[in-house]
Amino acid sequence: MMRLDEAPAVVTAGLGLFNDSLGAQAAEVTPVAWRPPLPGTEDALAAVATDPRTVVANAEAVRRLTTSRPRLVGIERAGDALGLERGEFLHAGPPIAWADASGPVRGALLGAIVYENMADSVEAAEALAPMVSLAPTHSRHAVGPMAGVVSPSMPVFVMHDDVFGSTAYCTLNEGLGKVLRFGAYSNEVIERLQWMERVLAPVLAATLRRHGPVDLPSILAQALQMGDEGHNRNRAGTSLFIREIVADLIGVELPTADLAAALRFINGNDHFMLNLAMGMGKAAADCARDLPGSTMVVAMARNGTEFGIQTAGTGDAWFTGPAEVPEGLYFSGFTAEDANPDLGDSTIMETVGLGGFAMAAAPAIVQFVGGDVSAAIENTQRMYEITLAEHPLYQIPALGFRGTPAGIDVTLVVRTDTVPVVNTGIAGREPGVGQVGAGIVDPPRQAFVDAATALAGRAQAVADMTLPAATLTSEKSELLPSS
Amino acid sequence: MPKTVEVRRGVYRDSVALMQLSHTVAGLPGVEAALIAMATPLNLGLLPGLGFEATAGTSPDDLLVAISADDDDSLSSALGRLEELFSARSSDGKTATIVAPRTTKSALRRSGAHLALVSVPGQHAFVEAMDALGEDADVMLFSDNVSVDQEIRLKDEAHGRGLLVMGPDCGTAIVGGVGLGFANVMRPGRVGIVAASGTGAQQVCALLDAADVGVRAVLGTGGRDLSVTVQARSTLDAMRILDADEGTDLIVVISKPPAGDVAERVQAAAAELRTPSVVGFLGRGRDDLTALTANVLAAVGRPPLDSPRWPAERSRPPRAGALRGLFSGGTLCDEAMVIASEALGPIGSNIPLEPEWELGPDLVASGHLMIDFGDDRLTQGRPHPMIDSTLRLERFSQEIEDPSCGVVLIDVVLGHGSDPAPAAALVPVIAAAREQDVAVVVSLIGTRGDPQGLEPTAAQLQSAGADVYLSNAAAARAATDLVRRRP
Repeated sequence: MMRLDEAPAVVTAGLGLFNDSLGAQAAEVTPVAWRPPLPGTEDALAAVATDPRTVVANAEAVRRLTTSRPRLVGIERAGDALGLERGEFLHAGPPIAWADASGPVRGALLGAIVYENMADSVEAAEALAPMVSLAPTHSRHAVGPMAGVVSPSMPVFVMHDDVFGSTAYCTLNEGLGKVLRFGAYSNEVIERLQWMERVLAPVLAATLRRHGPVDLPSILAQALQMGDEGHNRNRAGTSLFIREIVADLIGVELPTADLAAALRFINGNDHFMLNLAMGMGKAAADCARDLPGSTMVVAMARNGTEFGIQTAGTGDAWFTGPAEVPEGLYFSGFTAEDANPDLGDSTIMETVGLGGFAMAAAPAIVQFVGGDVSAAIENTQRMYEITLAEHPLYQIPALGFRGTPAGIDVTLVVRTDTVPVVNTGIAGREPGVGQVGAGIVDPPRQAFVDAATALAGRAQAVADMTLPAATLTSEKSELLPSS
Repeated sequence: MPKTVEVRRGVYRDSVALMQLSHTVAGLPGVEAALIAMATPLNLGLLPGLGFEATAGTSPDDLLVAISADDDDSLSSALGRLEELFSARSSDGKTATIVAPRTTKSALRRSGAHLALVSVPGQHAFVEAMDALGEDADVMLFSDNVSVDQEIRLKDEAHGRGLLVMGPDCGTAIVGGVGLGFANVMRPGRVGIVAASGTGAQQVCALLDAADVGVRAVLGTGGRDLSVTVQARSTLDAMRILDADEGTDLIVVISKPPAGDVAERVQAAAAELRTPSVVGFLGRGRDDLTALTANVLAAVGRPPLDSPRWPAERSRPPRAGALRGLFSGGTLCDEAMVIASEALGPIGSNIPLEPEWELGPDLVASGHLMIDFGDDRLTQGRPHPMIDSTLRLERFSQEIEDPSCGVVLIDVVLGHGSDPAPAAALVPVIAAAREQDVAVVVSLIGTRGDPQGLEPTAAQLQSAGADVYLSNAAAARAATDLVRRRP
């Protein structure tokens, strides 16, 4: 009950005049830097704010997101693990048709068609491509970086969370340069994919059988204290992963040359950990799905044309807006003119509180956000304003070991006009060019507005089904002392 | 000797931090030995030497917690302390850049405050107020244009949580000696005020202060609280809060007359209180605010107050003409109309006593009229007249030029939130009125502690040529007498 005998500490939202007069009274004042929400959202926000399910559902959603502990348990063929038939292909982001797909996605699909021996040339693949079956990776509990193309013969990491029982999959990282995920489909790309299937996957599968499940959240927690943010910097995580498995890897009874080649491949690719982290993130986020009333984001993904999100309270529905071209650093010889709009499932990292959200942990890559360490710290701090919790495991040394901001609340994004900060690689717009840079990108506000509107619709439907107890002007309400 | 060896799977902490933690826990009372470390082979090898049994099946990614103590209590308190140390941050997290809180929820969590003052535009206010209630904070909702459905929803939510929503459209509150919104500086006292009218509460405060009576708290409820729809939800909750408070000896309720059975409901609730109460429902045929204050003074055993006045020196009587009231406070305007209309008959207004006395949209009439410049329709896109009196001063100048005007009655509200120097802008206009023989009467609502200064403000207005009254009712009577040319 309200204390009347001591000066209150006061939070103010609105007129600055009142802060001044409270300050003049030596009261402890914390002003809200309030701004109006995104236009036209006030009714939706009010409807969600009255949804009695939301507080509990969000607490549960973020509890599941942050206390799940997905581990790498094995490697399987995508066809078997994901139920992918010959002629079926997955792609990153929300659903898209061939006709709407951007250069890198088309390039990757063409390469995958060739890789699957469905066509013996890229030209033949082009004729076939409009007819193949496409589905989003997220629809099969999977994620993939950039184009995110998954075909039946590809090996995939298998992640499993014992706490809440989710399983998720991610392809193996191909390295940098000309690679399928950036839309390259030349012979060297196809040959590398074949080598990964023939050599790398069996070596790692055998290693994992000897080693047992790998605790990925633990590796990421350590990597964060070693300067990674888990999206654009994975150097520490990749190193830790090698350290974790190397003894078991060299004990695998396969040709030594294969073991050495596998190790050399992983060691030569700072982003090898990214796909492991993404699979871990997908498994963690999936634990929080399907909690009616929750406004927490459980997926953010781009298909090179659209940026889409899914929330815990709206099932498998996608809310999308146009994908923007990231701002950042371009490799020499490339400019923003060469860049494809935002692409890939790797935003699952921001969804779980890493990547751009953990930028304060990664001063080594502040060039991507303008070269300023304080900007990196500010990016992370801003994200606390749109998230539900601080991650208990992922801590940021520069913020006094504060947990990373985790669990994006759609309504907070809409209220504060603060969109998630996303670290990302930048793909060339022409198929086959590969990566042209890295930077940060703004998700489209429309996706969050549409999600909030849909959540409001569901809240209203629930309110309509139950007795309108909250708006009763009934004489029965307990206003009078009951003595 | 009780001991525990626990393996926490996959919890990673830096080894240097863990060494510090082991030292701290080992130094706790009753603790014999403590090892908090990553389960590396080296650390596992230390266990037997410390009197613990070796443990198997761990990985170097696991955290080992091994503690032995003299007794169970020491062991469990050591484990409890360990959890605190684990969750504590190694520094306060402050860095060069601090991102300001963007929502009421965020600001409350950061500050640990339990009171939110929300004054954002009405269509956005509900969400911020719900934030506050969700964080166990009481709300003063200054915003207007909040729907009645939302008001009820907020007040029910607050009631269920043992919290109070003051508002919407609540202009005045004093909690814990701190004025919120528009509030006068009051000495601490034992009178608790529950007010549906902000300027009504300020008038009572001003008069109590003149009588050397302080207040315990002023809890606003918003002007719509005693409507049939809202059913006095906040008024009843505020009365209960004051009733439970040991520092409150008298509870005063200030409101326009409630509709329907709400008046009975409030009266019945007042009768149930263990604290004495004075319920003041204002309006025609009822006590005005000054009379209400007299009842309060009587109830606390104080002598009646001869309310302060600062009369103008007039060399000749004012010119004949109608009464023009220009108010910033709606309750003050209403009270002045009730008093003046008894002697003068119909008074045109934008908040008329009778429907047929309603002014047109131009707010002009040749007879007596009183305008509430704080009315919603006159404050859209414009600051409240208690903050910025431009519109009201323009009208004041027009009245001087209008030959049908004989007397101008105006309120000046002091206190936190109000215009810091109201006399500066008024003095030239009052002087101009004097030149034209237009009489000016001022209701000066303020206390001796107010930052603008009650006495200096009164002196400036008086020397410019205005009759100044601390009581709005007295000012209204004086203005009426001037119009009837019975000074």
